[in-house]
Amino acid sequence: MNAEWRPALAASIRLRHDRVRDKDLLVMPERVVVLNPEAGRILRLCDGSRTTTQIVDELAADFPDVSVADDVGEFLMRVRGEGWVR
Amino acid sequence: MGPESGVVDPPWALLAEVTHACPLHCPYCSNPLELVRRSTEVDTATWVRLMEEAGDLGVVHAHISGGEPLLRPDLAEIVAAAERAGIYTQLVTSGVGLDADRLGELTDAGLHSVQLSVQDATAAASDHIAGRRSFADKERAAEVVRDAGLPLGLNVVLHRHNLTHLDAIIRLGVEWGAQRIELANTQFYGWALRNRTALLPGRELLATAEETVRRWRERSSIELIWVVPDYYEGIAKPCMGGWGNRSITIAPDGRVLPCPVAYALPDLSPPNARDHSLAWIWEHSPAFNAYRGTAWMREPCRTCPQREADFGGCRCQAFALTGDAARTDPACHLSPDHHLIQELTKKPGAAEFVYRRPGA
Repeated sequence: MNAEWRPALAASIRLRHDRVRDKDLLVMPERVVVLNPEAGRILRLCDGSRTTTQIVDELAADFPDVSVADDVGEFLMRVRGEGWVR
Repeated sequence: MGPESGVVDPPWALLAEVTHACPLHCPYCSNPLELVRRSTEVDTATWVRLMEEAGDLGVVHAHISGGEPLLRPDLAEIVAAAERAGIYTQLVTSGVGLDADRLGELTDAGLHSVQLSVQDATAAASDHIAGRRSFADKERAAEVVRDAGLPLGLNVVLHRHNLTHLDAIIRLGVEWGAQRIELANTQFYGWALRNRTALLPGRELLATAEETVRRWRERSSIELIWVVPDYYEGIAKPCMGGWGNRSITIAPDGRVLPCPVAYALPDLSPPNARDHSLAWIWEHSPAFNAYRGTAWMREPCRTCPQREADFGGCRCQAFALTGDAARTDPACHLSPDHHLIQELTKKPGAAEFVYRRPGA
């Protein structure tokens, strides 16, 4: 994963919190992806301004006992493969 | 989750039929034979309230449809209300009337995506099915949607008159910049049921079409949704993802239905959003609980391992073919009425269809 990549959600996709189901959702035409809390937390940081390094650093600050870099990288590559993040 | 558990999960999607008026006359129109008159349509304030209630209830997607929704001059206000409620909106349109200005008004209101109907691959063939010149409007509509950067999907209803052109239809979708094409084999309700013999394709035509879809999927990234022709598959479709399970339809006059063809069920007595809250309708109305879950089922559905997957198929199809909405969908090969469908697929097709028209 390129450390300079600044991931952002694809233009047609909305990330929102569903207060009825108490879940984060990715909403796109004809499709809803229900996110687990970790995925929602990562995708909220994908605003096009933060590099992947900064995203990993922010998450690491929140979870100092966990090694997040590999998991975050793998997750971001996967959602990019789906076309949800650029 | 069904009513027997005492908990009803919230709905995901709302189909808002804001008007039944339409410039097109497609012979398979999914609107009821008895179209809602414009004079009885619910007003702007009611739609605004319904969008708020839908958001509170848990609706995530609103498909703003018709008829032709662009015929409502207050459409942007309805879209804006959905956006305020956190609902992702898709305009479902014939494209007639969708120019850059109108689309701009809707995107300013928060519109997220557009699904455009196309009747066939060429102007002459598409206009013939639509019953009026409209292909050029569709082409322009696709262009303005693309220019606005909105996701574009096409919806093509398939039948014996256009299935032979499927390859050209998919190519058209690619050229028009669609990300997705819904290839919707005609479902036989309402107008399509009236025109069934003119529309029902032969088995060979469908086999060739499936091969065409398979080849496109190999070489193109466009998403192709193949809505199965259930008269031929021997398998009942999980209609609406289950009755009162995922989706709400609101008719132009405020009637609320578990599915957009349930108008045809005579004993349903759909509640009206003018009289009840959407939450009460979803959770407690007799109409939404009539076929919810599995407790209403009879044999062979009641003990079938597929009952939680296909929900016994389509209630409206069961009614249309047997006169009893609680029977197993005759599309299922396990249905005691399956021969009804098998006989229909053996009849030679008649060539002419009648167009949808008000008061028919």
